[in-house]
Amino acid sequence: MDDEFEPIIGLEIHVELKTKSKMFCGCNADYFGHEPNTHCCPVCLGLPGALPVPNRKAVEWCVMLGLALNCEIPELSKFDRKNYYYPDLPKGYQISQYDKPFCINGYLEVKLDSNINKKKIRIRRVHMEEDTGKLLHATVDDPTSPSGLRGVEEKCTLIDFNRSGVPLVEIVTEPDIKSSEEARTFLKKLYQIIRYLGISDADMEKGSMRLEPNISVREVQNSEFKVQNNNLPPYKVEVKNINSFNFAKKAIDYEIDRQIELLKKGEIPKQETRGWNEKKGITYSQRSKEEAHDYRYFPEPDIPPVRWTENQKSKIKNQIGELPDKKLKRFMGDYGLSAYDANILTDTKEIADYYEKAVELGMKKKNITPKKIANWIINKKADIAKIAPEELISAVNIQLQKPTISDEEVEVAVKKVISQNSKAVSDYKSGKTNVIMYLVGMTMRTLKGQADPEKVKKLIMELLS
Amino acid sequence: MSMDFIDLTIQRAIEGLNKKEFSSTELTKYYLTRIKKFDDKIHAFLTICEDTSLKQAKQADDQIAKGINKPLLGIPMAIKDLFSTKDIRTTAGSKIIDNYIPPYNATAVKRLIESGAVIIGKTNQDAWGHGSSGENTDTIPARNPYDLDRVPGGSSSGSAAAVSSNMCLAATGTDTGSSIRLPAAYCNLVGIKPTYGRVSRFGIIAMASSFDSIGHITKTVHDCALIYEITAGRDSYDATTPDIPVPKYTSTLGKNIKGLKIGLPKEYFNAEGFDPKVKAITLTAIKKIEELGAHIQEISLPHTDYAMACYYILVPSEISSNLARFDGIRYGHERKTFGDEAKRRIMLGTHTLSSGYYGAYYLKASKVRTLIKKDFEDAFKNVDVIIGPSSPIPPFKIGEKTDNPVQMYLMDIFTCPVNIAGIPAINVPCGFTDGLPAGLQIIGPQFKEERLFEVAYAYEQKTEWYKQKPKL
Amino acid sequence: MGKSKTVLSTAEVRHIAKLANLELTDKELARLQKQLSDTVDFISKIDELDIKNIEPTSQTTGLENVFREDTVRESLSQQKALANAKSQYKGFFKVKAIFEEE
Repeated sequence: MDDEFEPIIGLEIHVELKTKSKMFCGCNADYFGHEPNTHCCPVCLGLPGALPVPNRKAVEWCVMLGLALNCEIPELSKFDRKNYYYPDLPKGYQISQYDKPFCINGYLEVKLDSNINKKKIRIRRVHMEEDTGKLLHATVDDPTSPSGLRGVEEKCTLIDFNRSGVPLVEIVTEPDIKSSEEARTFLKKLYQIIRYLGISDADMEKGSMRLEPNISVREVQNSEFKVQNNNLPPYKVEVKNINSFNFAKKAIDYEIDRQIELLKKGEIPKQETRGWNEKKGITYSQRSKEEAHDYRYFPEPDIPPVRWTENQKSKIKNQIGELPDKKLKRFMGDYGLSAYDANILTDTKEIADYYEKAVELGMKKKNITPKKIANWIINKKADIAKIAPEELISAVNIQLQKPTISDEEVEVAVKKVISQNSKAVSDYKSGKTNVIMYLVGMTMRTLKGQADPEKVKKLIMELLS
Repeated sequence: MSMDFIDLTIQRAIEGLNKKEFSSTELTKYYLTRIKKFDDKIHAFLTICEDTSLKQAKQADDQIAKGINKPLLGIPMAIKDLFSTKDIRTTAGSKIIDNYIPPYNATAVKRLIESGAVIIGKTNQDAWGHGSSGENTDTIPARNPYDLDRVPGGSSSGSAAAVSSNMCLAATGTDTGSSIRLPAAYCNLVGIKPTYGRVSRFGIIAMASSFDSIGHITKTVHDCALIYEITAGRDSYDATTPDIPVPKYTSTLGKNIKGLKIGLPKEYFNAEGFDPKVKAITLTAIKKIEELGAHIQEISLPHTDYAMACYYILVPSEISSNLARFDGIRYGHERKTFGDEAKRRIMLGTHTLSSGYYGAYYLKASKVRTLIKKDFEDAFKNVDVIIGPSSPIPPFKIGEKTDNPVQMYLMDIFTCPVNIAGIPAINVPCGFTDGLPAGLQIIGPQFKEERLFEVAYAYEQKTEWYKQKPKL
Repeated sequence: MGKSKTVLSTAEVRHIAKLANLELTDKELARLQKQLSDTVDFISKIDELDIKNIEPTSQTTGLENVFREDTVRESLSQQKALANAKSQYKGFFKVKAIFEEE
């Protein structure tokens, strides 16, 4: 990085909601991997005469996310038409929200590098819109097409509208983010909250979460006066085509460096949209999208506005449940866990719920403390996807019933076995590594099975190396 | 039994079908024959559904025989080509989708079919609803059955021409500025422009989404009210249809209109360019209504003068957005196939919505809309209905398009403010000038259509203009 | 309508055509330039009104909060969805290649 310059980063994130049906029609919203154009109807295909009717659940989930991000929910909200032409946009406009979005003025608190300092990243807005169809660039041999000849391949673009109309939530932050690491931390936190709420898979590789950072750079201080520069730079660059949190960090870092170089030369970076090329590790100018769009927003005449009562907002808020940060604090307090352990156990709602179920079951057996359970899950890496909490508790219980053998006793037993089995030892040393299981077995027999076979094996290997 | 069907109304036809005086198949064949005989002169139809209509008629006859009761069972009617009809070509009167076949029915069509109607064909119109004469069709303009050299009015030109020339008993239409009331007036017919949102727009090719009202054209007020009972009401596929119960409109026809307060807007009646003959029969008609016991008073709609500027900003804006989907990818031909009028409105609307102009045009016009809506709300505090002409002039000659800009302007002024305000209006025939039909426009408050039917019915029963027929 | 005071330039008209995704011939451009200028002149009439404190009306029904429940309804078959397309390929709608900068 550079001490002279600081990055100013804002994020625009799109999240596909996993509702059963689409945003404005009853088509199945699960489009991934299905035959093309099989989840379509007059509405999402943009047939003449079709009209949109908003999905109540999608709207409630948008508000729920906004509330989880500490947003205000204005009393009155509406949909607007965003007009532009593109083959994947069947109506020639996208139904979105312009000046009266569902959620505004929120924030997300993230822990910075030190893990001690916290920072609030302000959220400007969270609003609802609909997804477009999917374009596939292809080369086909299609003699039935107007220009097609048998045996001659033509470049074309194929369109699948299964994704058209799927509910999308857009989250826009203020340009409060100051580094690529901060951006990644923010994204991970946002991802965690979205998964906790259960409203989306938020999978960046599958496209159910999409990121577009807006990046600019400015001088840190005004030279001699050492006054903090609070002016926003006169440009910003939007970067598209980022498919993971790690790529996001790389792309942002690359872009920051690229902009600093330009500024050092006395040039102001062009305000534009650039694409991230993962293979080459660079951002490139997207000339085709360079002109500023005039979206000609106007209120969507086909959809009445939305007015929230305090009661309705409370109902939605009550559906949120305990969010990760709160759960973390509670786990540390209630279960005496370290921050490190609590972090792991609250990473996803699934792990947290599993843990608490196990703790509840463990409470019925005297020796099984929350800390012990935590240890089993974290250090012994119990596969919680495969074993139910009841089975975990049984396993822990069994292990605890065994009287503990001291490490010294184990060492004595191991040394005895080594001395009594010289042939096995020389076999092992000459390369027959399987022989070690025989030695472990002998040791376990001596100790009447009351030792940890892993520990025994490790000790034997140490002594024989 | 052979019968001359030429004077049939839906009401009479239902009676005849129930009494087995004739069958739906006979009726349908009769109208199909008339279409074959006259439509190459009148151009009311763009698509004729001979096979399917005869099938529907047979089915209706079977159901009538079984004693099944449906409000429109066996009644042949036509559908304006702006309405999506499943598996039947739907063109909007345009070239760009002249081969489009919808995979679904508009809700209004679905309700009519479920009520037993026989769909005889799709009618001609100004392409996309853009026009008030029928001359903006991308095909051949429909003619006025009362004078084949003249326009039938638009944009529901074919619908009016079809009913008027007895090619069907009723036809659907849409009204965004005048497109049901005007053709109804020019063809001696009844036409209802419902309260916006009263009838579902689902499946009807959108012109201006916050203006389009879905109605129909019939010979008589009773027929009109009957069809309205079927098409009106909440539709879960159209979020702009309120959940207000639909009264049985036919049941209050014949109600005494004594004491009814009628307002006459001075801005209409004092306007320059109001053809004196048309004005005269309009005033005669109003006198007749007064004789029935209504009280007439002058009212003012002060923002009338700004209605057209408001209309010509908001409507093209919505048009430009609604026609964006016609890109030739999923249906239709490429965009350059749009006609001149469509291109003009798309360009105008794109401009009025564009960056730098939205505030000056669209936003301002939306505020003027509030003022015009309030003009009517205030007027209705003092009167029960408002009456005016449906057109300041008689039907004009094809191609003439009247050179008088003041008259063209007035044509809009009398009808468009109703769409701006979202309120209902009905046209009822009120006489002839030089053999050409004229119509009276009765305007009411939101969702008070029963009042319109009652006044129109009272006047109609006293004057019976509907009994007149074009000489074909 | 009278002489138009505000005349839209050819460049402005071309820009509008681009926004509207319309390819216009020179003849059409000239015609539309005149027609649009006339209409723009006419609609400016609303500037006469004092509407600073008036709320805009976008919808006349007064409706609010109209939703549908999150239930799945039957979709069109692939064949029906593609039935009106000029060009299709193996279940997709097909158009000329669109080049997104790579």
